[in-house]
Amino acid sequence: MAHGPRSWHAAAEAVLLPTGALAAALLAFGVFVWFGGYSPVETWTLLFRGAFGDAFSWQNTMQRAAPLMLTALAVALPARAGLTVIGGEGALVLGALGCAGLPYLMPLPEGTPGSALVLLAGAAFGAVWLALAGAMRQWRGVNETISSLLLGYIAIALFKHFVEGPMRDPASLNKPSTRPLAEGLRIGPIAPDSLLGDVHWGLVIGLVLCVVAGIWLSFTASGFALRIVGGNPRTARLVGLPTDRLVVAACAAGGACAGLAGAVEVAAVHTAANASVIAGLGYTGILVSFVARHNPWAIPPVALLFGGFAAAGSLLQRRLGLPDASVLVLQGFAFVFILAAEALRGRLFQLQMPTMARLRLVAPAGGAKA
Amino acid sequence: MTTQQWNRRDWIKGVGALGAGTASAGWAGLALAQKPLSVGFIYVGPRDDYGYNQAHAEAAAMVRKMAGVKVVEEENVPETNAVQKTMQGMIAQDGATLLFPTSFGYFDPHILALAPKNPDVRFAHCGGLWDATKHPKNAGSFFGYIDEAQYLNGVVAGHTSKSKKLGFIAAKPIPQVLRNINAFTMGARSVDPTITTTVIFTGDWSMPVKEAEATNSLADQGVDVFTMHVDGPKVIVETAAKRGKFVCGYHASQAKLAPAAYLTGAEWNWITAYTQIIDAAKSGKPHPNFVRGGLKDGFVKSSPYGSSVGEAARKNAEDVRAKMMKGAFDIFAGEVKDNTGKVVIAKGKAYKQTDVELEGMNYLVEGVVGKV
Repeated sequence: MAHGPRSWHAAAEAVLLPTGALAAALLAFGVFVWFGGYSPVETWTLLFRGAFGDAFSWQNTMQRAAPLMLTALAVALPARAGLTVIGGEGALVLGALGCAGLPYLMPLPEGTPGSALVLLAGAAFGAVWLALAGAMRQWRGVNETISSLLLGYIAIALFKHFVEGPMRDPASLNKPSTRPLAEGLRIGPIAPDSLLGDVHWGLVIGLVLCVVAGIWLSFTASGFALRIVGGNPRTARLVGLPTDRLVVAACAAGGACAGLAGAVEVAAVHTAANASVIAGLGYTGILVSFVARHNPWAIPPVALLFGGFAAAGSLLQRRLGLPDASVLVLQGFAFVFILAAEALRGRLFQLQMPTMARLRLVAPAGGAKA
Repeated sequence: MTTQQWNRRDWIKGVGALGAGTASAGWAGLALAQKPLSVGFIYVGPRDDYGYNQAHAEAAAMVRKMAGVKVVEEENVPETNAVQKTMQGMIAQDGATLLFPTSFGYFDPHILALAPKNPDVRFAHCGGLWDATKHPKNAGSFFGYIDEAQYLNGVVAGHTSKSKKLGFIAAKPIPQVLRNINAFTMGARSVDPTITTTVIFTGDWSMPVKEAEATNSLADQGVDVFTMHVDGPKVIVETAAKRGKFVCGYHASQAKLAPAAYLTGAEWNWITAYTQIIDAAKSGKPHPNFVRGGLKDGFVKSSPYGSSVGEAARKNAEDVRAKMMKGAFDIFAGEVKDNTGKVVIAKGKAYKQTDVELEGMNYLVEGVVGKV
């Protein structure tokens, strides 16, 4: 038996811990619905079919996952610099505002360059907003968790003020909105006639940025410096790293991702900025990032899992008449188990040893009697 | 790894399909004979919110009992991509051919994105947004003139109030909401022209904390009858009752929450609209694109009077209701001034409910304390 960590243990744990946790969560959820008088097997089948059962389910899951990848990055990047920033929602709504607002300020070229410009405007708004939280912490000593949360409320208030006031499209009577983006500025589906259906480019943007963020953190000098700042700010200062700049840059990068998420929501889905953009995607990103342990490369699968839960929940409601809250219960189980499973990291294979040893002690005793 | 997973999925899918096939084989004859109409209902909030969504869900529960109709429902669906996916899912996974996406924000861009791609599916949206010149024929909207019921609320409130101060807690200063505030105030002032209505806008459709604060602060200012236009009136009704004040409900009946404080309420009666649209779908008639109605047509109704409503109030309200039922009563009939003294409806001019001018209402009438 294993007497110490083997080289394959870490890799095996990386797969076994999350899958085991998910299995435990599904089991617990099965018991939960069984108490409510529903069949666990039917529930599991529906969960699977709703999230990953066919091409439509995959589209459904991916479409829901796309914005979460970006809002999760808004938490993950500052987290690697040692900050707990939870104001992604604010950066997202300002990103939406920036995207819808740019055409008010200047004429834009049609097509990809124009789309890129409105997306960049969104990213810039988001970047400035979260950079504020980072700057206030580094130079004024304001706790970034509180300040980013409060900045989020301010952002939503600003958003509503502009959408319902100066930027309101007079034609939007009962649902105040900005003027819709011109057709040429919108983002379309990746491949409308393939299996991908109406999944839009936001998914690609999210995936690419997750990969890029991972490369930045793992393979570049500045990414390494950032992780040092996150690991031990005093050491970072001692070796002469520009701590303040790195922290603010991490916040700005995170904010840019969330702002981009808002811009994509406007350019690909809503076509105009209005209150429907404030749908809590920024807050869900916090959960995604924590479950992914702030690792950008782990964010896409976790976001897919989240999207899958939402897609499956939709089918579950329609087929079994379960209330929407039941999916929240499943999500709750999943995240508690996934986070609890982290306690076993590095110990999973060590745990077996005493158990096996005990079994071996018991077995011969039983054998001797027989 | 990936291929293995795919294989397993395919296997499970295969077994599932086999199971479903065997199960449905026995029913095939029956299914062919009846071929029920699959109808999907989508709500933006919880089905039991004592408000907007409950009003729809209560009518959907009646649809469920109709013969030859299969109902699928989903609640808490935000006005994002999620609602497009829910609609597509209802069409693809549940075979729905008639959808009732009930939230106002589902129409543009979500229904407009899906309707052209699904020409065989009927989209019946709640709200007054469908426009024959711009929108697809398989989409449509239905709505009710609930300001009539709010006018009756106002009459009852006018009789009940001792302080002559009424409170209206509203989400946003948009035409639909302003129309309700104005109708309520005009109803109350038809009883006593010294009555005023103080309005507080909370800024969004579901802001329970702000709604409670607004209720308390109005109660402190001497307001003794409340009404509202928010998605879930529960908090306002309970808070007002706790403060010993009266309330007129909105959307659905909140009488159960505060039986002693509840006077009456302006309720939707969506089953009327649902039935028209479902009957058309069953018989294959063209989709009714523009469905509207008020008290007379059974689209809206009043909650039964509470025990605190006096005889005079009942009689007055019933007189007005009788006129409305005959179509002989116009709420917005001149001369009407706004609360800055400007004449907004000239003397002798009377708007019918169907007049589109009323759908762009952007003023508060005389007697309303507040600003748009």
